[in-house]
Amino acid sequence: MAPSAPRQSLTASLPAAITLFAIAAIGVAVPVLNLMVGPESALHVPTYMVSLIGKYLCYALLALSVDLIWGYCGILSLGHGAFFALGGYAMGMHLMRQIGERGVYGNPDLPDFMVFLNWKELPWYWHGFDSFAFAVLMVMAVPGALAFLFGWFAFRSRVTGVYLSIISQAMTFALMLAFFRNDMGFGGNNGLTDFKDILGFNLQADGTRAALFIASAVALLLGYLLCRFIVTSRLGKVLIAVRDAESRTRFLGYRVEYYKLFVFVVSAVMAGIAGALYVPQVGIINPSEFAPANSIEIVIWVAVGGRGTLHGAILGAFLVNYAKSYLTGAVPELWLFALGALFVAVTLFLPKGVVGAASAAIRRWRGGTDPGLGTGLGTGSDMRLGGGKAREAAAE
Amino acid sequence: MPSALRHLLLCLMLAWPLLTAADGAMADDLAALVESLGSNDFAAKAQAIDAIAATGDERAERVLAAMMAGDLQARRDDGRMVVAERKGQVFVLRDPLSGAEIGEAKRGELRQATINNRLRAQLRGALGALTLLSPDADKRATAANAVFTTRDGELLPVIDKALARESEGRVRARLERAQAATRLVTAEDPAIRAAAAETLAGFPDQDVRSLLTGRLQAEPDATARAAVEEALGKVETKIALWGVLANVFQGLSLGSVLLLAAVGLAITFGVMGVINMAHGEMVMLGAYATFVVQSLILTYAPWLLDVSVLIAIPAAFLVAGAVGILIEQTIIRHLYGRPLETLLATWGLSLILQQAVRSLFGPSNREVISPPWMSGAIEISGGLALTYNRIAIIVFSLAVFAVLTVLIRYSSFGLRIRAVTQNRRMAGSMGIRTQRMDAMTFGLGSGIAGMAGVALSQIDNVSPNLGQGYIIDSFMVVVFGGVGNLMGTLVGAFSLGLVNKFLEPYAGAVLGKIIVLVAIILFIQKRPQGIFAPKGRAAET
Repeated sequence: MAPSAPRQSLTASLPAAITLFAIAAIGVAVPVLNLMVGPESALHVPTYMVSLIGKYLCYALLALSVDLIWGYCGILSLGHGAFFALGGYAMGMHLMRQIGERGVYGNPDLPDFMVFLNWKELPWYWHGFDSFAFAVLMVMAVPGALAFLFGWFAFRSRVTGVYLSIISQAMTFALMLAFFRNDMGFGGNNGLTDFKDILGFNLQADGTRAALFIASAVALLLGYLLCRFIVTSRLGKVLIAVRDAESRTRFLGYRVEYYKLFVFVVSAVMAGIAGALYVPQVGIINPSEFAPANSIEIVIWVAVGGRGTLHGAILGAFLVNYAKSYLTGAVPELWLFALGALFVAVTLFLPKGVVGAASAAIRRWRGGTDPGLGTGLGTGSDMRLGGGKAREAAAE
Repeated sequence: MPSALRHLLLCLMLAWPLLTAADGAMADDLAALVESLGSNDFAAKAQAIDAIAATGDERAERVLAAMMAGDLQARRDDGRMVVAERKGQVFVLRDPLSGAEIGEAKRGELRQATINNRLRAQLRGALGALTLLSPDADKRATAANAVFTTRDGELLPVIDKALARESEGRVRARLERAQAATRLVTAEDPAIRAAAAETLAGFPDQDVRSLLTGRLQAEPDATARAAVEEALGKVETKIALWGVLANVFQGLSLGSVLLLAAVGLAITFGVMGVINMAHGEMVMLGAYATFVVQSLILTYAPWLLDVSVLIAIPAAFLVAGAVGILIEQTIIRHLYGRPLETLLATWGLSLILQQAVRSLFGPSNREVISPPWMSGAIEISGGLALTYNRIAIIVFSLAVFAVLTVLIRYSSFGLRIRAVTQNRRMAGSMGIRTQRMDAMTFGLGSGIAGMAGVALSQIDNVSPNLGQGYIIDSFMVVVFGGVGNLMGTLVGAFSLGLVNKFLEPYAGAVLGKIIVLVAIILFIQKRPQGIFAPKGRAAET
């Protein structure tokens, strides 16, 4: 069976409209309820809540970036945390430079950890990070460049499926080991922390936090629109074709590797931006962000929400992370059981995620004729990596 | 024959004091020297210590040991040196030389023969020299090493004596090394110093190297300096050579660990195509099985403790294998042909298993005792020591690998495994119960991972995270060696182990590992099939 007919019509944009509205609503309501409503009111949102939801927004953007490549192009990256962390480090370096003389050692030229390590001057790769504009450029350029290099080698030599997953995991593992080293000049084990302010605004102030929250919401909104634009364009059609039948797409004359490379780099840049917004809100970035376990957790957010739907990824990031915040607070020893069970249960019983299950239920309720609220995906077998190949083999 | 030799030695040993005592003048000297230990002048004491040690007298050791312990005291009334031993309120006094009891004294009636740090070092060397005459060969060897570090010229006569009597080659070598070192530093004659340097060239180790390096600056005589320089060159070459051998051994050791961790994966991933992220947790379960077996043996059958590791091998295989079959039956069976989903589900499983073990056994490390036959090492010159546990693991991993290869290639079980993986439908038509074979194969791979856990429990911390450290490396080995190829796994494991260990001295452990990872990532992209690409029909699946 060929993938279902194109259906980027009005009905398909209903979830998109809901998603856009929801993000905008959160982006407006949370800061307003935090700043404008007094703490005595039942509607007041405490500041820690603003940071927490702000964190979720960054995670949602990260999940979106994974969904773009996994859900629409079949690239399962188990190293996307690396791009997130690199973006975070780029922002962290700028924030470190902003500390200036207010560090423990009061050294105007060097961050504290370099003074501690007896370094005499700033390493060359730290230059320029005093400028916010340069830092923002690096937030996008560094993950983008790494993704380009990695993708260039991987896609050209047609490394696909689990091989790509494993080497992407090895990539983030290698980066983690590297960033743990003190002489890398990124603060080693402790990472970068003790940030004071951003663009002159105190990071601890409620106003700054609300502003960062709004920035995250806007980034998520723009990210969603960008992804939506990509997947509904002709390019998106080719991506889906690559996902479902890579060889066939290649035989039809498309340069598959260029399509993959493009979407992989876009996704990495999105992840980098998510990391950059994440760091000022949590106040620290350290090498454990590179841990392979983190990257694979992103994938489960997407899987829980429903891959290949975009809004599913956002929903999944919120659901899983809320569960994580709740469980690690209430019953810490249960969290890993729950997360592990989630991995198993979703792959076995909920292959299209919450969104997929919901839309299937709605379809049944409507009488099973209207595929309109579909997930933008084909049947379950299309999701399987081997599915397309098996069909090709049968066709030959 | 050795026992006859030992008897001869013993006789000599017993006769020695008699021989020396026959020399009356010497005994008198000794008594006089002991008295001067009570002097207030540290320089005089130092001289006396050297002189006493140089006599090589057996009684000298008792005196010096007492002095080291602070028991050598002078009686205030007559100034006689005694060894005082506290007994309740009073001190029992003994003659320092004969050891005979000569009365009692109160604390105030005694004055300690005080020592400072310099004297303490000197005493240690002197005692070392005297132990050179000990009947225990190990003690003699240790003593020779102690003399080598102090390099006290006064001890040369004792070394000579010891050398003349020494019959064991190992100890002789140590003695010669100590003698040459002492001569190199203290001899007056440049020719003797040059000869000593030449002798030292035969002992290529770090200590000799630093001694020679230091001597190169201090040596006043030109010919002797040339000799030292030449010896240093030889020592450095040899040390470098041994260093390479040490690296090879360590590389083989790391490779064997990787092989053990990866060979089970080569079955589940390589042969079956199932990507099992919980493979590391099978290793971890094997390590915990070892711990449980050991605890059971400690409680119920302590006399079996020495072989508890051997008992743990089948136990770990069964535990990990059973868990593997359970996983296959409940989860993986439903995900065949969907590798990415398998990857995620098994990752989830690994989290559950880790947390389960953490809840059961606690988050801290569990200690697995190494049996005595696995501790210790074969000492080879140049500071190269091959530890028995590492050797055992190398042998064990090769044995496991050999058994597995034979099993896959020659047994009917192996034939059926290969049939199912090559053409499932055809195998099914031939009457092979394919689903059952899947479960058995997965169980086999997991069981081998469990046996790897037994080996790792000997060299690594047994903690819930044990498996995580190996999973990425194992995948690298399998992919590098070529999926579906056991021989590739063998070559992959040992080459990765060796490359890692050879990079370490230049790049450091962490950077070396990063370089290897990056190299493999690049390698896989250049050659996705690994070093041993599958050929023929298998290549197309």
